[in-house]
Amino acid sequence: MYKSLADAIRDAEARGTTLATVALDVEARDQGRRVADIRAALARALEVMRGAVRHGLTGDLRSASGLVGGDAAKLRTGPPGPLAGTPFRDVLARALAVQEVNAAMGVIVAAPTAGGAGVLPAVLLGLADARGIGDDALIDALATAGLIGAVVAERASLSGAEGGCQAETGAAAGMAAGAATEMLGGSPSQAGHAVALAQQGTLGLVCDPLGGLVELPCVFRNATGAAIALAAIEMALAGITFAIPADEVIDTMGEIGRSMDVRYRETAGGGLAATPTGRRLARERLVQIRKADG
Amino acid sequence: MVSLLDVIGPVMVGPSSSHTAGACRLGLLARGLVGGTPPSALIELHGSFARTGEGHGTDKAIAGGLMGFRPDDERLRDALDIMEREGLAYTFEKTKLGEEGETHPNTVRITLERGGRRAVMVGSSLGAGRILVTEIDGFPVEVHGNYHTIVLVAEDIKGSIARIAGILADDGVNIANLRLTRKQRGGDAFMVIEADDQPEEKARDDIRALPWVKYAYRLDKVGA
Repeated sequence: MYKSLADAIRDAEARGTTLATVALDVEARDQGRRVADIRAALARALEVMRGAVRHGLTGDLRSASGLVGGDAAKLRTGPPGPLAGTPFRDVLARALAVQEVNAAMGVIVAAPTAGGAGVLPAVLLGLADARGIGDDALIDALATAGLIGAVVAERASLSGAEGGCQAETGAAAGMAAGAATEMLGGSPSQAGHAVALAQQGTLGLVCDPLGGLVELPCVFRNATGAAIALAAIEMALAGITFAIPADEVIDTMGEIGRSMDVRYRETAGGGLAATPTGRRLARERLVQIRKADG
Repeated sequence: MVSLLDVIGPVMVGPSSSHTAGACRLGLLARGLVGGTPPSALIELHGSFARTGEGHGTDKAIAGGLMGFRPDDERLRDALDIMEREGLAYTFEKTKLGEEGETHPNTVRITLERGGRRAVMVGSSLGAGRILVTEIDGFPVEVHGNYHTIVLVAEDIKGSIARIAGILADDGVNIANLRLTRKQRGGDAFMVIEADDQPEEKARDDIRALPWVKYAYRLDKVGA
């Protein structure tokens, strides 16, 4: 796969095609597989994403610890806020839904990871449903998202233990922003700016889950990650450009991740996990899990 | 080389690609070492597996893997109940398998028995569902589970590799990697063969039939 978004954008624009097309071509060459087979695998991922959104919105899920669950449904049925009736609110609900399914040991697509799995399906499916966009375009969008994630994996990291939450929900926001920008008619170059705009908004974000569990704040970080992606998409489609190229923003994320203290890299040693309430909840809930299993 | 499908995947039961999906894959590989579901196993969890494993269903994922469930199998959620119902005796213990900074934080040692065959496997979950088996029966190995794998122990005799490679070639299997380790010269040789294609049972049986091969097992491809 490409190691630079600039290279992928250059190739796509030279061929007058999309990032999705160049990504699928390179993947087919790298893996010795047919494009149709790769699309079929992405179609399966899309179906699982849809199922997770649907399952999560029912609102009857609880995580192992009981710390999270039921909030996606509140955005569905709870009192309206300023975003009521817009795709924005629907995207937030879907992001919570997928992460609540994940925390309850339901089936999800790790994209790029399980902890960041809510952002991409929320943004892509939420916007596609609002605009009546079909599955072929969604599969293309997943290919574009995969290309962006692969570049992040090469240049920085996709692991909270290595790079903090900026490498999980942050990377997911960049993937969703670039992919949705292209899905909604943006050029490869606009998609690149969307990646940079989303990723810059998550730089420095730490990974600080209570008790080390993929629950709190992970579920909510997927919703705020999706919100950042939506902001980036809106700006990029309006023609706004970001002066630092996406590759360099991604490099910056990697550099920040490498110098991040170990307390902020999924160890539950710092951040929200180390607050008095965070410590107390983690202690109480771990006892509860043991009881439930024992 | 990063694959697009590594990024958009795997399809898995939550909540953690390392603590759940990777743990399940380690169980699946261990199962191959005894050729099926082991009636009993001791599962020793180290580091983060020991500290936060319960909340991530690491115990359920490993038990499920040992029973042959893959990372996207919803039965993983109830794997401990299923284990009890099936009368399988899997014991979980927290342990320290090495020093911090030397041993990977998500490491497990699985000791399992089935039909007179006993095996010990040490493996780690590296993140994003990727795994690395570092030790089988005391032999240092590197198995990622991204290929169809054959592991075998043979007497250290001349021409053994050529003979086994020949059997696989006749079976139409293309070898991707082959590694040989032995504890001492003239002692038993431990061979790990990673192949692009799944070897037929006949190939495994032909290898087993060689008089100097002590045992040989096929491990399923468990990677994406």
